[in-house]
Amino acid sequence: MSIKIALAGNPNSGKTTLFNALTGSNQFVGNWPGVTVEKKEGKLKGEKDVTVMDLPGIYSLSPYTLEEVIARNYLMGDSPDVILNIVDGSNIERNLYLTTQLIELGIPVVMAVNMMDLVKKNGDSIDFDKMSKELGCSIVPISALKGTGVKEAAKKAVSAAGSVKTRAKVHKFDAGVEKYIERICEKLDGIVPEEQKRFYSIKLFERDDKIGNALPGVPDISQIIKEAEDEFDDDTESIITNERYNYISSVVKSCCRKSKKSSDTTSDKIDRIVTNRWLALPIFAVVMFVVYFVSVTTIGTWATDWANDGLFGDGWHLFGIGSAAYEESLGDWELEQLKAEAFIAAAEEEGLNVDGINEALESDEPDEAAVAAFLESAAGITADAEVESDDGTEALMVSAADFEAAIAAEEPDPADFGVWVPGIPVILGNALETLGTAEWLNSLILDGIVAGVGAVLGFVPQMLVLFIFLAFLESCGYMARIAFIMDRIFRKFGLSGKSFIPMLIGTGCGVPGVMASRTIENERDRRMTIMTTTFIPCSAKLPIIALIAGAIFGGAPWVAPSAYFVGVAAIIVSGIILKKTKMFAGDPAPFVMELPAYHMPTVGNVLRSMWERGWSFIKKAGTIILLSTIVLWFLQGYGFEDGSFGMVEDLNNSLLAAIGGVIAPIFAPLGWGDWRAAVAAVTGLIAKENVVGTFGILYGFAEVAEDGAEIWGTLAADFSAVAGYSFLVFNLLCAPCFAAIGAIKREMNNAKWTWFAIGYQTVFAYVVSLCIYQIGNLLSGGGFSLWFIAALILVALIIYLLVRPYNDSHSLKLGKKMFNAQ
Amino acid sequence: MDTLKDVPVGQTVRVLKLEGEGAVKRRIMDMGITRGAEIFVRKVAPLGDPIEITVRGYELSIRKADAQMIKVG
Repeated sequence: MSIKIALAGNPNSGKTTLFNALTGSNQFVGNWPGVTVEKKEGKLKGEKDVTVMDLPGIYSLSPYTLEEVIARNYLMGDSPDVILNIVDGSNIERNLYLTTQLIELGIPVVMAVNMMDLVKKNGDSIDFDKMSKELGCSIVPISALKGTGVKEAAKKAVSAAGSVKTRAKVHKFDAGVEKYIERICEKLDGIVPEEQKRFYSIKLFERDDKIGNALPGVPDISQIIKEAEDEFDDDTESIITNERYNYISSVVKSCCRKSKKSSDTTSDKIDRIVTNRWLALPIFAVVMFVVYFVSVTTIGTWATDWANDGLFGDGWHLFGIGSAAYEESLGDWELEQLKAEAFIAAAEEEGLNVDGINEALESDEPDEAAVAAFLESAAGITADAEVESDDGTEALMVSAADFEAAIAAEEPDPADFGVWVPGIPVILGNALETLGTAEWLNSLILDGIVAGVGAVLGFVPQMLVLFIFLAFLESCGYMARIAFIMDRIFRKFGLSGKSFIPMLIGTGCGVPGVMASRTIENERDRRMTIMTTTFIPCSAKLPIIALIAGAIFGGAPWVAPSAYFVGVAAIIVSGIILKKTKMFAGDPAPFVMELPAYHMPTVGNVLRSMWERGWSFIKKAGTIILLSTIVLWFLQGYGFEDGSFGMVEDLNNSLLAAIGGVIAPIFAPLGWGDWRAAVAAVTGLIAKENVVGTFGILYGFAEVAEDGAEIWGTLAADFSAVAGYSFLVFNLLCAPCFAAIGAIKREMNNAKWTWFAIGYQTVFAYVVSLCIYQIGNLLSGGGFSLWFIAALILVALIIYLLVRPYNDSHSLKLGKKMFNAQ
Repeated sequence: MDTLKDVPVGQTVRVLKLEGEGAVKRRIMDMGITRGAEIFVRKVAPLGDPIEITVRGYELSIRKADAQMIKVG
C-alpha cells in the first residue's frame, strides 16, 4: 500500500533539513503549478511505497498568503495519509499555533520536535508525554541536523497513516467560543465527513470564503457570527486566533520548563553587533563587498571566462599549467608585431610604397619576392617604436634586420604550452571535419547548437559560486537581517530589502542577478525585482558604453557613470510606476518577518541548495536560450545572395539584415533609424557585447576590439551626440539577452508575467530613448517635429504615473485567479 | 492608549487591542501578537524603520506603519 506523508511546519523550523534526511537523494524539485513556490517530493529512504511531500514553510493556514493557500489545498484536496508536523522546540509557542490548525483537519498528525539539542543547551525541558496527551497526537523529539530521531519519526508517521481513529480528542477553546462552534457543527450534519466537521465549522466561523465557496450547500451562519462578534467585540477571525494562542499558552505552561537564567544566547550577542544602529550598515557593506568580489569579479569571472572561452571556446590550460609561459610568449610575439608595424609606418613616411608588403603580410603564405623587394628598398630606415609596459612607455629602435626578424616570428599556439585541453567547439569541429559532413550542418551544430548550449551553460559556474553565498546567507540567518536593514529604502519603490542582492549581482551579470531574487518570499516584491534587475548595466553592456563614449563623446568620463545612473533611475521610476498599477497595487501582507536565530549551516545543505537552484536554471531557462540562439543563427547566416537563397558570406545579405531594414523605421524617432543600428540592437539579444561586434561587421571590419575602436570614426559620422546617447540608453534598458530572459522565465514561472516583464522593459527603453532624443535634439538646435510633441506628452505621462495616488484593491484577485488556474 | 510604534527601545509592554482588519490583522495575530501577549522592543533598524521585537520567545521585525495598529499598555 502506498502512503503519502505531508511534511508541514513553520519556516526556519528545519523542515528542509528533515526532508533531506528523510528522503536522501531521492527527491524531485519543481514548482507548484503556475506559481514560483517550490514543490519538493521524495521517496522515504528504504521505503519505495512511501512518498514524502514537502509543503511550503507556513505559519498558519489562513487564506491570505500564497504558500498557505497551496498548503491548505494540498492537505484538503490530495488528502495525504498522515501529516508529519515539524516543530521548532526552541520556539515552541508560535510553532504550536500551526499544529493546532493541522490537528483540526481530521488527518492523523505526528509531531517531530526539532532542535532538541538547543533546547537542552538552554537548560529548558519539555514533557512530551503530557504534551502528547494534551494535543492528542504522538510526539517524537528529533535533531534533524544530527539525524537523531528522524528514523523513529518516519516510523511513527507510517504506522499512524493507517489508523484513521477519528479524532477522539481535539483541543477545546473557551466554553464561550465553543458554544458557537457547536451550533455551526450541527448545521454541517451530512454535508462534510464527521472528522472534518470541526475544521469546517471553525473556518466558516472565521468567515474563510475560500473554504465556504468550496462547500456544497453552505448553511447560513451569519446570525451566529453576528452574535459572537457582538459578545466578544471583535471579529470572529481574531476571536479564534486569540483562543488558539490562549490554548497554546496553557499547554506550554503545563508541559514546558524554562530555565530561570535568561542570559543572552550566542545568537543574541551576534545580533547585537550585526544589526547595531551604527555598525549594521558598515558590516552590511563589507558582506556585500565580499559576495560581489568573489562571485562577480574574481572567482565568478574566472569561472565564466573558463566556461565561455575555454570549455565553449578554443580551449584552456588544465589547472593553468602552461598559461604563464604562453602569456609570456604571446607578449613577445605582440612586441614583434608592434615593431613590424612601426617599421612599415616609418617606411611609408619616407615615401616608400608599402602596399605590397602589407598585402604580403596579411596573406597566410607571404609573397617572398614582395618581402625581399620591400626589405631592399627600406634597408637604410630605422624606426622608433613606442612600447607600453608596466614601467611606462619605452622607445625602441627598429632596424631593417629587426624588421626581418619580427615578421619571421610566429604567433604562439596555446596548445604548445603545458597541458592544453581543447574546447568543445574545437573537438566537435575536428570530428565533423573527419566525418566530412555538409557545411550547413557543421554551422548548425557549431554556431547554432553548441553556441546555444554554451550560452546556457556558460553562466552556470559563476551562478553556482553565487548560489553558495546565497544559501549560506539564507541558512545562517543573515538574509533576514538584510531585509531588516534595507527595508526602509527599498519598500518605497515596491521592492524588498532583499532586492539589494539581485541588483548588486546584476552589475556583474543579470542572469545570476535575476536568479538571486529567489530569496524574496513576497511574490509581488519578487516579480518587481525580477522586472527591474536587468536595468542595471551588466558587464556585457560595458563594451556598448565604451563604444558610444569613445566614438561619439570622445571618451568623456561622465558617460559610464551616467549609464549606471540611468539604470538606477530606471529601477526607481519603474518601481514607483508599477507599484501604482493594478498588477502590483496594495499590499495585503504586511512586512512582519521572523528574525531567526543565527546558526552555522551544514556544508551538505548549502551544496544541495546550490545544486537545486543551478539545475533548475539549466532545465527551465535552457530551452528558451537554446531555441532563440538557433533562430538567430539561422537569420544571421541565411539569406538571398546572388539571386538564390542559402548560406550567406556577407551579413549584409542575411535575413537579419532584411528584417533590420524593415524594423529600422521604428527606431527613427529615437534618432537611429539606420538599419545597421537596428540589427546591432537585435543581435544584442544573444549577448549584449555582440552589439559592438555586429557594428564592426556591418561597417566592414572582420573583427573589432572589445570597445570597437576601429569603427569610432564611421560611427561618429553616422550618429549625432543625442542619437548616440539615445542608442546607448535603449540598449541598456531594453529586453536583456536570451540567457537573462531565460532566467526571468524561470523565476516568473509564468508565460504572461515573462512577456509582461520583457514587454515593459522594451517599451520603457523606447519611451526613455525617445524623450532623450527628441528633447535633446531640439535643445541642441535640431528641427522641431511632431515626435517632439509626442515626447513631451510621454514625459507628462511618466510624471503623472509617478505622482498619481495609490490604487489599492484588486491585488488579491490576481493571486486568486492564478491559483484557480491550476 | 499608546501604540507599539511609540514604545521606546528596551521596554516591555502588553497588547491591549489590535486595530485594522483582514489579511494584515490576521498576519500580525498569526505571528503571536494577540491580546495579552507580552512584547519586548529590542531595537530600531539603522535607518529608523522597521523595529525588532521579542514576542512569545522569538524575534520579529515589524514596520512602524503596522506597529501603529497595535494598542499596548
